[in-house]
Amino acid sequence: MYDFTGMIQGINNWLHSVMPDMAATVVGWVLIGAIYLAIFAVLGLVLVLAERKIAAFFQLRLGPNRIGPWGIFQTVADAIKLLLKEPVGTKRADSFLYNLAPYFVIIGALMSISVLPFAKGLQAFDIDIGLFFMLAMSSIGVMGILLGGWASNNKYALLGAMRSGAQMISYELSVGLSLLTVILMAGSLQMSEIVEAQRDYWFIFKGHIPAVIAFMIFTIAGTAETNRTPFDLTEAESELGAGFHTEYSGLKFAFFFLSEFVNMFIISAIAATVFLGGWMPLHFGGLEGFNHVMDYIPPVIWFLGKVAFMIFLLMWFRWTFPRLRIDQLMKLEWKYLLPLNLMNILLMAFVVLMGWYLGS
Amino acid sequence: MGAKIIFYLIAGLMILFSILSVSTTRVIRAAVYLLFVMILMAGFYFFVGYNFLAGVQLMVYSGGIAVLIVIAVLLVHNIDHRMERIPVVEYLWKGGVLLAGAILTILTINQFPFQRIAGTEDVSVSRIGTKLLSLGDGGYVLPFEVISILLLAVMVAAIIIAKGEVYKNEEK
Repeated sequence: MYDFTGMIQGINNWLHSVMPDMAATVVGWVLIGAIYLAIFAVLGLVLVLAERKIAAFFQLRLGPNRIGPWGIFQTVADAIKLLLKEPVGTKRADSFLYNLAPYFVIIGALMSISVLPFAKGLQAFDIDIGLFFMLAMSSIGVMGILLGGWASNNKYALLGAMRSGAQMISYELSVGLSLLTVILMAGSLQMSEIVEAQRDYWFIFKGHIPAVIAFMIFTIAGTAETNRTPFDLTEAESELGAGFHTEYSGLKFAFFFLSEFVNMFIISAIAATVFLGGWMPLHFGGLEGFNHVMDYIPPVIWFLGKVAFMIFLLMWFRWTFPRLRIDQLMKLEWKYLLPLNLMNILLMAFVVLMGWYLGS
Repeated sequence: MGAKIIFYLIAGLMILFSILSVSTTRVIRAAVYLLFVMILMAGFYFFVGYNFLAGVQLMVYSGGIAVLIVIAVLLVHNIDHRMERIPVVEYLWKGGVLLAGAILTILTINQFPFQRIAGTEDVSVSRIGTKLLSLGDGGYVLPFEVISILLLAVMVAAIIIAKGEVYKNEEK
């Protein structure tokens, strides 16, 4: 019912009709880039505010409440402050790498967002390796953290960077394997096809036990991938100052800060797309009337609602659990999550092979 | 026209970063330039429409190998450390030899009559996956399994080598 393919195609045809082909292509690229950058900035503002408000809720405080009604313009004011701040750097830093590192992180996050389907047809880059591409991009983001920590020429920054390298490389395995479990049911890596395969049942219902286990593993490993509490050893304030971004200030600090929140959005969006049906409304095979009523809610609302649910879950973790020690962190991944994950893949392969999933 | 511009842009940047990677005196910068070369290589694969290989290139070479090299450098190198600078004379004759080798390769490749084989244009992920695990004609299940056993053996050997002294001490 809400199909955006025609609309996008119409805009494209109009662009090609008013200017030469080459120029139309370039204008199209620039438009898409501008839209995604705008999404990026708005995400940063909204998520930072949400984090502060939710933290206040869990700690029985009010949170930001001075600028605008209920303090909703607080992050806008913060962003303006960050933009106007004087950049302060260390004298003996490796200036080339020090300046390059934030761009690695932010470009990795931006490229990942491009393959997310917001609704049918609302997707910048529907590549046939969609999910794999997102994982590859997240592994490039690690590079920015490592280089930033090293190039700052600061002990705490280096310690934070090393911890983050060890942590993100370990937990990438769990993220990849738990997604692979669900891909067994979809049979495709393309994001639009993964969503389309959940037309009758979302994968978390369709795959029952193994899908729920995979979802839990993904949520834990995803929290670790984004370096959030209880896995925030990278920037543990009480021991490392701010970890890898101790020496950054002004706009470059804002880049790290923004990409951290956007990465949280990306992890939530992957969970929403792969486990909770993406933009697909809540459907149950056979219940035609119910499905039809659900179709009236626009897919963008469904997608953003599921993402908001996942983000709330991650923030709930953050303000509930204490931080892990580094040995506990490694033990959790290599001794518990990884073996569980491998067994879970076998179980899922068996379930798919025997056709013991819902709607088979 | 547009395709040619993109091709020469990627190729030019790759040559530039390759030269920078071997001529810089800071090891970590060499690793970063190498990372750029690998990312541009992935760009080439995307450019010819070979998406899966591009993804693997990004994941394994840029996200895995380059990160491992950087971690190794992080562990052993101080930020003020510099490698010794190579004399210009050495640059000249080594560069000359490399250039001669490159010209010879290009001439040889241009002489070979390459032919397009029908039915190889489809490089979708599902086709690669099916071929990789198929037992039939053109299937790669045997090499795939042999390589996985080899990799397992390599992992075990690496752990033994790394922990060898510890085990010996424990036996005493």
